[in-house]
Formats: sequence, C-alpha cells, structure tokens
Amino acid sequence: MTTFPEDSILVLLETTPSGGLAKSAAGLLGAASQVGTPIALVVSASGAASNATQNAAALGAKQVLTAEPEGADARLAVPTVDALAAAADLVRPDAVLISNSIDGRDVAGRFAARTRSALAIDAVGVSRDEEGIVAHHSVYGGAYNVDCAPTFGAPVITVREGSIDVRAEAASPEGAPLDVPPSGAPAASIESFEEQAVVSTRPELRGAAKVVAGGRGLTSQEQFALVDQLADVLGAAVGASRAAVDAGWVPNSYQVGQTGISVSPQLYVALGVSGAIQHRAGMQTAKTIVAINKDPDAPIFEIADFGVVGDLFDVVPQLIASLSARKE
Amino acid sequence: MRIIVLMKEVPDTYGERKLNLETGLAERGASEAVLDEIGERALELALTQAASLEDAEITVVSMAPETATATLRKALAMGADKLVHIADENLVGADLGLTAEVLAAAIRRTGFDLVIAGNLSTDGYGGVLPAMIAELLGVPYASALTTVDISADRVSGTREADGGVMTVAAPLPAVISITERFPAGRFPNFKGIMAAKKKPVETLTAADLEIDPEGLETPRSIMLAVSERPARSAGTKIVDEGDAGEKLAEFLIQNRLA
Repeated sequence: MTTFPEDSILVLLETTPSGGLAKSAAGLLGAASQVGTPIALVVSASGAASNATQNAAALGAKQVLTAEPEGADARLAVPTVDALAAAADLVRPDAVLISNSIDGRDVAGRFAARTRSALAIDAVGVSRDEEGIVAHHSVYGGAYNVDCAPTFGAPVITVREGSIDVRAEAASPEGAPLDVPPSGAPAASIESFEEQAVVSTRPELRGAAKVVAGGRGLTSQEQFALVDQLADVLGAAVGASRAAVDAGWVPNSYQVGQTGISVSPQLYVALGVSGAIQHRAGMQTAKTIVAINKDPDAPIFEIADFGVVGDLFDVVPQLIASLSARKE
Repeated sequence: MRIIVLMKEVPDTYGERKLNLETGLAERGASEAVLDEIGERALELALTQAASLEDAEITVVSMAPETATATLRKALAMGADKLVHIADENLVGADLGLTAEVLAAAIRRTGFDLVIAGNLSTDGYGGVLPAMIAELLGVPYASALTTVDISADRVSGTREADGGVMTVAAPLPAVISITERFPAGRFPNFKGIMAAKKKPVETLTAADLEIDPEGLETPRSIMLAVSERPARSAGTKIVDEGDAGEKLAEFLIQNRLA
C-alpha cells in the first residue's frame, strides 16, 4: 500500500465538462505546496477525465488519486464527497483544500459536516504554524484581514479562485485509482446537463487577471459594447456594476460587488462606475484600479490609482486607439 | 407542505460594516441591521409557490441575537406563518459547523418537507450552510437554483453551475438554495404588519436543541487574528483635456498592464 507523507495536503481538483482540469487546479496545488506535500484527488464519471494524473503532476501534485464513483455525473456532490471521504481516510492529510466554486462549496459543506471537520471558506491564502494549517481571509469586501485555524484536526478550506499566485514545481506523475465505498447519502439527481456555450474568447470574470467593468455611465446596452472593446484590447474579462445589470444591459453573471462576484485582478478598469460601497466591496483588493468617470466626486476615485475625470465616450476610444497603435 | 426558509440578519451592505478588532465579531451597532436580501428572495419564492401547494405552512428559522427579533418580524409581515428564532449568548461567534448543527436541529424539531435558503449571504459570503444542513439532515440538496418548481413530493429546477446549466430534481424532503436571479422580496403591507403581531414566534436556546456550544469533542474554527486593511488611497487623478486616453495608455504600458 502506498504511504503518504506526514505533511500531506489533500487537494480536490475539479474537472471541466471536456475532461481537463479546471483552471482553479494550479492555484490550489500552489497553495498546498506552500504548507505541505500536495496530494491531488480527481473525481470524474467513468472514463471522463483524460490524463488527470499527468496534468495534476505537471501542476505540482506529488501523488494523484483518481476516483470514478458511481453516479458521479448523475448525482449532485454526494459521489464526490464519498470519494473525498475515502481519500482523506487513506491520506490522513493536515488539511483539505477545495476550490470555492459552486460545486466546491457543496462538496466542502457536506464533507465538513459529515466528518465534523472545521471549515474555513473563501480563503485567499494558507500558511502553517507550529499547530497546523492557518487560513487567511479577506472579509467585508477586503476591508478586513482575518486568520482562522481549527481548534484541532485537519481543516477543510475552500480557496477563492484567482487569489493564489504561487505555482508548485512540476512533479513526476504518480497515480493510483481510489476505491470509493458509496455512503448512500441521498442526493439531488442531475436530469440533464448542457455545457455553457463559450460566448467569446474572453477570460472568465472569476479569477481573471484583468477586468474591465461598466456601469450606469455607459447609458445603454448598445454603448456597453465599448466595455467589450476595451476588454478585448487588454485581454480582460468583462464585469459590470449592479446598475448596469439591473438595467438589463448585461446578465447577472457579470455583476461585480458584494452581491455578485468578488474579483482581485492585477488590473481593474471601471468605466462609468460611481463606486458605491457595494461595488467596491467586490473589487477593492485589485492590485491596480483605473477609473474613468465624468463626475469628479464619484467615490471610485477615492480608491483609483489612476483616475480620469472626463467623458468615457471620448477617453475610451482614444485609449483603445492608442493601445492598438502601440501593439502594431 | 411544511416549508422552512432560512433567513438571517446582516449589516446593511450599503453602509459601512465593521468588525471589532478585539473580538473579531461583527459590530452589530455600527450599521443598520437588515434582513439579508437573498433570504428575502427565498421567502418570496416560498410565498409565491405556497399558493399552489396544499396546506403550505411557511416557517422562518433564524439563528441571531435576541436583538434581531424586530428585524426578523419583517418576515412574518411579508407573509411567513411562523418564526423560530434561536437566540443564545453562548452561540455568539459560532463557527459554520456549530451554526449548521444548531439550524439542522431546529429544522428537525420544527418538522420539514422543504428547506429553502439563499446561495450566499451578503456578510459571511460562505455559501456552505445549506450543504452542511442537508448532510446533517440526511436529505438531498439542490444548490444555486435559478428556477424552482415545487410539487407535492418533489422539487426540481435549473442550476447554473461552473461550466454549464443543468436540470436537477430531488424527492422531498430536501434542501435547496436559490440565487439572486429570483425576484426581490415583497414589501410588507399594513395588513401584513398587523397580522404579524399575532403570529407565533418561538425562541429557542442551544440547550432546547440539546446542543452544547462549548463541547470540546468537535473541532471548531477559531479566529486567530483580525486586522483592518489600510484604506486604499487615491493615486493620480487627471481631468481630460483631450489627451486623457493617451495618458492612460501610457500609464498602463509603463506599469506593464497593457
């Protein structure tokens, strides 16, 4: 039987509908490598994950457990929780890391409740002290930093997507299939699944390195296209303030803010966004913030590294032209 | 059908929210306390669908300090039939695990066919409690639903997950969570506010639920440190004189951001 290092960190890696590893994998393994030996678990429907062991090893997993529990593509969360429970029994890790995605939270919640483990959610970093693994959080929209640890035992930690820059060194592929005894816990059934059509080549908002967001100042759905254009020149994801979402210019999934998606990109460009506290809560941890707004008193300027008071319909086309010219 | 809606009192997101730097707890006095908007949407869904369900009874379950009663009463004014309020000083600062145990015990005690919760609260932003509660109750959980259809013995809906859209279903009893795609909660009218005064409010303690908040046999998540992030300061601010786009391009290139 394989033995696992004392300082093992069990990392649950999600797979995409096409069978590859989800984008969150690199950050999770990177975080794990900072505090111990990353051991990956990849759960998929039978035969659905391709080259999981090689892919996870390339991102730093020292050992890769692959599980194909029954019903993995037919029942929500429970088969993955069963696999995670079996993996944790085997590995006896110092911590379990899971992506703070929709699926990841479902698995983390059930797993922590089932195993009575301490649960820390939406961590932006992990570290190790003499007592074990500590999770670092950024709460109330980045206004406070909070460190948490379990009173004892291995914590279950969900990690905010895009928050970990550290990458682990590639390891040599070493994989083993994991036998998963079903728990019999009732689950919701998946009756149909439709892969979301990729609407553009733009990066996903969650975890994007650059974000261009538009607000009320865009004035209409047609004009919102200006946000898309700048995003494409910068290779950025597109976001929006609540005002733009409520106006119906863009879908809910674009909303950045306390009740939308929280982002921590390298660059955040706010176009015609006033910067209400609600919006700032979802973006003020960005490394560099740029704002264009015609109202000189807009609160967004209080946190902008570079602010332009002006008409965005003049400034943005000039910016796009200028950036495109330099690229050529 | 016994429907339970999980709601909570949160600091208003539109005001400034504070954490106490000594205790790490939310400063409940620092900002206005409101019902969490996502919980109001969950209640609105229950109220809307209750009309077509036989003998629907809607109970709001909340764990909150005693002072939250006034806020929680709004749920009764909106149309919920009953409030179960778990208020216990020993539960102040409860972690997710303890909160889930308390809520699951209160739900079991009340009796339920369907539990409806919001997918993410606007303060803790955890999004894990419904999953934890489903596990503790031993029932299916359908999360992050954008449409919901409730019938006598089954709940189904659309789930917008990472990477795709799925249709999910579960036999009752079950737990579901909904997203912001659902309509906002109704405003209580005068009749609702008057009726709320006569509706039953049950106040429970951890002991009533046979839970020991200080039990040492279960690991708990504790806060080691809390600090306020230094406020971001404003950087360069220019007024467009016809060349701001070019200056901005310059800034982005210099900082290797373009």
